[in-house]
Amino acid sequence: MARPAEHWGTRIGVIMAVAGSAVGLGNFLRFPGQVVNNGGGVFMIPYFCALLLLGIPVCWAEWTLGKAGGRLGYHSCPAILGAVGRHRAWHYVGALGLLMPTVVYVYYVVIESWCLAYACHYALGRIDLGTVPGEYVARSAEFFQRMVGTDQDGVMIAGGLHPSVWFWMVTFALNFFLIYRGISRGIEKFCNIAMPVMALCAVAVLVRVLTLGTPDPTRPEQNVLNGLGFMWNPKPVHAGENWLTSLAEPKVWLAAAGQIFFTLSVGFGVIMNYASYLRPKDDIVLSSLTASATNETFEVCLGGLITIPAAFVFLGATGAVGGTFGLGFNTLPVVFEYMPAGRLFGFVWFFMLFLAAITSSLSLLQPVIAFLEEALHVGRQASVTILGLVTALGSLFVIYFSRDLAALDTLDFWTGNVGIFLLGTLEVIMLAWIFGARRGHAVAQEGAELRPPAWMFTVVMRYITPAYLLLVFALWCYWNAPAYLKTLARGGVPLLSVAVIVTILVFFLLMVHLASRRWGPMLARTRDVVVMGGSEDGT
Amino acid sequence: MTLAGWIFMLCSLLLVLGASIFCYARVLSSSAATEHMHAPLDIDTGDRQD
Repeated sequence: MARPAEHWGTRIGVIMAVAGSAVGLGNFLRFPGQVVNNGGGVFMIPYFCALLLLGIPVCWAEWTLGKAGGRLGYHSCPAILGAVGRHRAWHYVGALGLLMPTVVYVYYVVIESWCLAYACHYALGRIDLGTVPGEYVARSAEFFQRMVGTDQDGVMIAGGLHPSVWFWMVTFALNFFLIYRGISRGIEKFCNIAMPVMALCAVAVLVRVLTLGTPDPTRPEQNVLNGLGFMWNPKPVHAGENWLTSLAEPKVWLAAAGQIFFTLSVGFGVIMNYASYLRPKDDIVLSSLTASATNETFEVCLGGLITIPAAFVFLGATGAVGGTFGLGFNTLPVVFEYMPAGRLFGFVWFFMLFLAAITSSLSLLQPVIAFLEEALHVGRQASVTILGLVTALGSLFVIYFSRDLAALDTLDFWTGNVGIFLLGTLEVIMLAWIFGARRGHAVAQEGAELRPPAWMFTVVMRYITPAYLLLVFALWCYWNAPAYLKTLARGGVPLLSVAVIVTILVFFLLMVHLASRRWGPMLARTRDVVVMGGSEDGT
Repeated sequence: MTLAGWIFMLCSLLLVLGASIFCYARVLSSSAATEHMHAPLDIDTGDRQD
């Protein structure tokens, strides 16, 4: 007997699940750093431009492709791209939509487990930065270094399992328990609870930060208002210039585009998979905008007001600058050490980050589960087991090669940066040029509670977004790829990490090859079925 | 905090919050927002197994 099709339970559940997928560590840790390093408040101009011309169109492309594929009975990226593109080659291109979520999950779940570990350590009062304020920074860095094993490879497993590995096991098991429960009973139910809890936690920390005033009277300049100014005051990228010159810097526009792409979780194949569980008459335009707006609220209104001002108030301008990990796991524990009731707020903060991370990591698993079910015709238990084995091995690779986080960094570069740009570009080209912009618009219009303007599909998605994406991608590769290629040429862990990516890709290509034999006859039938909202000429 | 800083911050916050409020108002005013769209697999009676 055929298994009953899975669907979302409620409309708000879909929105929470997509928003949960988008809201992650980047909203609270990456975004503030990008603003500070790229012109302060003026960064928001390229940021909102990228949101309108890049983020929303790619989101709509994924939602539309997913909905069109779902009505044909497909839920995975290779099947959907093959069916919608009406050519077998697209099945293989769709393997990217399996590779990205799998590899990103492999390292993201490790970072997620750090958040859980920090939350537990705060709850149990195990984070001790000493009694000398001057040593807080060094001791915080040392704590993080010990916890993730950045000293040398293999330290997390040598001589018994490191406590962090236990946290990873709990996080990993929780992810797979929830994903095993399915779309409606697992992902949706969890996101419906986790998203409001996450918002409450973030608001609690925000209120605490905004009411800090001037905690150290001997340093009156380190106050909340100046902290907000450090984040939001427009400033030039190069000292001595007018702040308007920041807008002439290509790197600022590039950073804004990268942040939008990263934050909306586009280019992972996740939204396509989630949208495939909708019915033909379900709205996708308003739902996608609501999910994006929710993500932006977390990013701009919460992430933009918490991290940097809090760090500035206690550590000054030099302490409030840093990368995602530096800010999140080195600087903020120091801030909580200084802050009144810091242990409580440290727990609330890291628990919130854990929720943000798990709602994202869950979404990374579902597209691959859907593929394994479709490709191998196996049940959820078998597909969850196969994916569990693959991702556990990959994750252990990241944990073992922990020195300077080289494995994690390399996997993140090639999939979490290069890969998602590549897949996002292919998706928008597929929608606007292969599937057809007018057809796409027609599919999006069905059941839409907010009419999508036709020019968003026929002009923006067709010309502006692909050109924008290709330009950004080319510039980004030009500035970043040489350094990574040089690292690869030296061999070692980075090269091994790329080998892991290639191995997983080959595995998925083989699976796709097997599945495409089954999909072939079905594909031929779909060519004759008018399900795509009419022909491209609008008839 | 400079005047330009206030302007950038408040405009960004208002834009994002405004968009969120508009979207949620539209979603929640729709009757389908919280009611079940489909027949979810909440109840597994076990009698559908082969």
